[in-house]
Amino acid sequence: MKFDVNGETLDVSPRAGQSLRTLLRDNEHFEVKKGCDTGDCGACSVLVDGTPIHSCVFPAHRAEGRAVTTVAGLGTPEDLHPVQQRFVNAAGFQCGFCTAGMVVTASTLTDADPADLPRLMKGNLCRCTGYRAINDALHGVSNVAQPGCAGRSGDGASGAASGAGCAGHDGSGCPAAAARAGSASTTAPAPGTVAPGTAAPGTSGEPVTGATALLAETADPSTPAGTDAPADTGRTAPTPIIRSVGTSVKAPAGARIVTGQERYTLDLAVPGLLHLVVLRSPHAHARITSIDTAAAAALDGVAAVFTHENVPQTLFSTARHQNRTEDPDDTLILDSVMRFRGQRVAVVVAESIGVAEEACRLLDVAYEVLPANFDPSLAQKPGIPLLHADKDATESRIADPTTNLVAEMHGEYGNLQKGLDEADVTVSGTWQTQRISASALETHGTVGWLDDDGRLVLRTSSQVPFLVQTEIARIFDLELDRVRVFTTRVGGGFGGKQEIQTEDLVTLAVLATGRPVQYEMTRSDELTVVPCRHPMRTRVTLGATRDGHLTAMHVELLSDTGAYGNHGPGTMFHGCAESVSLYNSPNKRVDAEAVYTNNMPSGAFRGYGLGQVIFGVESAMDDLAIALGMNPFDLRRLNAVGPNDPLVITHVEGDDLVFGGSYGLDQVLDLTQSALARGNGVAAPSGDEWKVGEGMATAMIATIPPRGHFSEASVTLGLDGRYTLSVGTAEFGNGTTTVHSQLAATALNTDPAEFVIRQSDTDVVPYDTGAFGSAGTVVAGKAVLAAATALALKLREGAASLTGIPVDEWMLEADGLRAGSRFVPLADVAASVVPAPVPQTVSIPGGRARVVATPVGITATGEHDGAQRSLAFNVHAFRVAVHTGTGEVRILQSVHGADAGFVINPEQCRGQVEGGVAQGIGTAMFEELIIGEAGEVLTSVLRNYHLPSLSDVPPTEVYFAETTDGLGPFGAKSMSESPYNPVPAALANAVRNAVGVRPHELPISRDRVWRLLNA
Amino acid sequence: MDLNTVTEVRLARTRSDLSALGPTVAVLAGGSALYGEPQHHLTAVVDLTTLGWPALTVTEAGLEIAATCTLADLSRFPAQPGWEAHHALFDCCTALYGSFKVWNVATVGGNLCAALPAGPMTSLTAALDGEALIWRADGSDERMPVTSFITGNKTTVLNPGDVLRSITLPIDAVRSRVAFRKIALSPLGRSGAVLLGRLSPEGTFVLTVTGGTVRPIQLRYDARPTAATLRADVLAITEWFTDAHGAADWRRGVSALLAEEILEELA
Repeated sequence: MKFDVNGETLDVSPRAGQSLRTLLRDNEHFEVKKGCDTGDCGACSVLVDGTPIHSCVFPAHRAEGRAVTTVAGLGTPEDLHPVQQRFVNAAGFQCGFCTAGMVVTASTLTDADPADLPRLMKGNLCRCTGYRAINDALHGVSNVAQPGCAGRSGDGASGAASGAGCAGHDGSGCPAAAARAGSASTTAPAPGTVAPGTAAPGTSGEPVTGATALLAETADPSTPAGTDAPADTGRTAPTPIIRSVGTSVKAPAGARIVTGQERYTLDLAVPGLLHLVVLRSPHAHARITSIDTAAAAALDGVAAVFTHENVPQTLFSTARHQNRTEDPDDTLILDSVMRFRGQRVAVVVAESIGVAEEACRLLDVAYEVLPANFDPSLAQKPGIPLLHADKDATESRIADPTTNLVAEMHGEYGNLQKGLDEADVTVSGTWQTQRISASALETHGTVGWLDDDGRLVLRTSSQVPFLVQTEIARIFDLELDRVRVFTTRVGGGFGGKQEIQTEDLVTLAVLATGRPVQYEMTRSDELTVVPCRHPMRTRVTLGATRDGHLTAMHVELLSDTGAYGNHGPGTMFHGCAESVSLYNSPNKRVDAEAVYTNNMPSGAFRGYGLGQVIFGVESAMDDLAIALGMNPFDLRRLNAVGPNDPLVITHVEGDDLVFGGSYGLDQVLDLTQSALARGNGVAAPSGDEWKVGEGMATAMIATIPPRGHFSEASVTLGLDGRYTLSVGTAEFGNGTTTVHSQLAATALNTDPAEFVIRQSDTDVVPYDTGAFGSAGTVVAGKAVLAAATALALKLREGAASLTGIPVDEWMLEADGLRAGSRFVPLADVAASVVPAPVPQTVSIPGGRARVVATPVGITATGEHDGAQRSLAFNVHAFRVAVHTGTGEVRILQSVHGADAGFVINPEQCRGQVEGGVAQGIGTAMFEELIIGEAGEVLTSVLRNYHLPSLSDVPPTEVYFAETTDGLGPFGAKSMSESPYNPVPAALANAVRNAVGVRPHELPISRDRVWRLLNA
Repeated sequence: MDLNTVTEVRLARTRSDLSALGPTVAVLAGGSALYGEPQHHLTAVVDLTTLGWPALTVTEAGLEIAATCTLADLSRFPAQPGWEAHHALFDCCTALYGSFKVWNVATVGGNLCAALPAGPMTSLTAALDGEALIWRADGSDERMPVTSFITGNKTTVLNPGDVLRSITLPIDAVRSRVAFRKIALSPLGRSGAVLLGRLSPEGTFVLTVTGGTVRPIQLRYDARPTAATLRADVLAITEWFTDAHGAADWRRGVSALLAEEILEELA
């Protein structure tokens, strides 16, 4: 059949039953994404004869004779469609995987009633942004720095406060705009309504605040935060300083993302590609007694069948950390024992997905069904089925396989009982969190092949390509340099891709067949077998004196790690760390346990255990404030750890964790409280049934994971005079690519757009532990800055040796170096220096990378080991209205104070905060993976697992503390995971304040609230 | 998603082309439901949209809605003189979980045949006393109320080979005043309960409860009941259910509340 795509006629024969989405992708229209394949997420949206549809549920045969327009047909990076330009200007994306569909849909809505946009956009889900930036794009709001004001402050520090060159620039994109934001607006209209003459709901009425004054300070190289900046030698005609840190430089990939040109993991055509399909367990606990593969293997088009009988028997953990011993080795690629419903039983590799599926149906598997336990509180009881009793406790690092205990922590500081005895007031309660799916819009996927040298190559959707390389080499007993792992832009992660979920199977299949193999997980896989957030039960007991000083704090934690222990110990320890050390109490005790059950495995997700425990601790603190008759902000001020206090969990923490000279909790408490007091003009709905309340919660987080996070970066000045930045960390919407280019550009006094950036490829760039633990800015960024700073010195030395003028006289400019009246172009310097031998291998504890393609030119490297860690704070507050008849919770005002240190890219950092808050709202109000009686996940599609849509997320006022960290680059602190952590507790506390009844369970859904009030 | 077991798409041109239907050969209408979940049992589909049924036909008897009428067409159907219930056509489309882009393909008949409790076309056509016309596999025709057509959560009276041809909304119903309420666990989420009240010019009152019950339930009164009566009758319904979109007790409780609001609106 023939049909047109973006003006070109395709003459193709779709398969019967094929969807338009895959037909388009089969014809290399990779701009059409798969987020769900069920018509729910909108990532595959295209126009058919001008009408927008979800191409995943559009029968391909119906395209005959019609004109299909994809996002690539709307515009090109060089000639953007107006809607595409709006998304670039608004920074209306993070990972960008949903953006193609967003843009296609939005292109049909330019004449829509703005009040109707939440309904019209509900079929386009974004997991990253929290929608404010997308709403800005829909309304034409610009948030990124425009050419001409991208941090060029040649007139000195005062440039930050002047509006010169920024007229009409109405977002927070440039320092001048940020300067206006001293006080927050109070005119934001109610969600879902538009007040005449005001901003539309959720658009950025107000830019971020706080960083401005800091920018002015740090522009002075004599201040501590400015020591990383290029020094001015004080000559009368100073070299213009191009200072992009502190400005909202737009993401380098923006134009490609909004036009669908950016390539993600599976956006490539591989000749001869085989596809891999997994047969999954119908039982929550069972032993495979036999598998007959004959019929499957004999099916035409089947290349290989794998079962537990023909795979490596090396135990590993799907979780990846710098130190691989942090997770228990309790997993096999394919096992003879099924421990949760949906576990891999067998794998078929075939010429098509359809053939592989058919072969899976032909597999004849016999099971001995075993008793199963789904209740973590029963896991350690006698008679309960043991999941990993076959493992050696020491070798597998399982606390006690004979009681399903994965990890435990018991410790006391001071004397808890004494503290309780001394208390005038005690409160206690138990709080339960639910299973949450990370739900990155790009599902896990890997395509693998053998390169010309017979080396294994994995192109994968991962946050940790170097850690995947190391573990794949270990499992398959390969030399490290026989394995190359790389990522393209990753379509979201949030911790879910700090895992090996697909790479081991693709490796297995590639090594066995010698052919390229792809494994793409489905959305239902993501919702049923990919590790979810650990459900945790937290019991908190607090004692305090009458005047509010804590005398005792007891946290008891039970974490359900599910069938496998990946991230089980880590989330348990982290959960009980900063949640407890946040408060000074002379007596503390923690009793924490993580146990195996026959539920789906739990894993890493933004906040890494902290959010769950903070829900309990901060709810208990709220109860304490109520019992004391004290303002909850004041209770935190009284008890929170101060910059000179020791950090105590069950003992005083090690000296690797410090305040870094950037303590900002006092500021974020003040900023949040005053914003809440100021209000935002949004009135509660009328009627006696609506009860209004306010609530807040606090969170602290270490800026880097413990026990080492390593990164080495290099910057090269090529012979063509262009810079190349090489760094191992992956870009999955976290914005580190932008931040790294800003850091390097500032050190080299050039424009961030001048860099060619290479990243996240074990063959091409130096080692990086990975994009997790919020390390992208404070570890990888630090390495980048060190490399760029070192290169700047090398270039000045090069100019000195070229001319005989001393090094100190030379200043770097964008195009070359200047010493008084002498100017040497960059290319001349590059040509003059005999390139020093560059490292061919880089050895880092725990990992090693082969660097085969360092660009020719002058290269400098920098590294960072993350050994010293700082602390960041977040405070969230809500004002809500609760309908006592329906249980509806309506957020009237949402306020967030973030202590991010120096903010390198205000718009991006604001986006990280908003995205974390939105995921927190999803957790607090909507999201829940529900498991049935037989261990089956009932919420296996997005229509049953409610990811927040545009209509669900109110605008959040974001306030940044004015702090400057002594450890992070230019004084920055990490700010990715932490905004999530206080949100559910803040909402619970607001609901409690409104209705007088406390929620103890997440999500605080309408039916649960209703039951609290009507049961 | 791709339906990988399907090896044939038949484009129906006449009713006789439907004879291919059976346990492994399904009807394809808009496709948003069929292509939205695995259908490994299917070997072929028969496309109904090529039969060319007029989407919406106004007759003296009322409004005939072809099973293949899209929600988009329904939502845009122009107001007719005296049709007080007209707004319910659009209202009920907004109760679909799917986006307006799904409206462009999803059909009224497909929504009814899926028989999900949250199916808003069930809500609409049940509330307006819609009558379903079924083309039975044996060639006979059968008409029945929509409230009988839907027998439970995802079940209908259709047997393999049967096709839903149309739904007719009687003129008396579309001339009645109608009030619509929907609630979900999120502002625009998949419905937990959808209720419509209908007050005829003669004063009879019908409350249709859907979304929260496994099948549409109607409460009929010769005249507007008192709030207390209506509330008690709603609470007496027994077919509430629990799923990801709401607990049964909440659905029961909020349905009683919404019913009272409807009663008040139709005062």
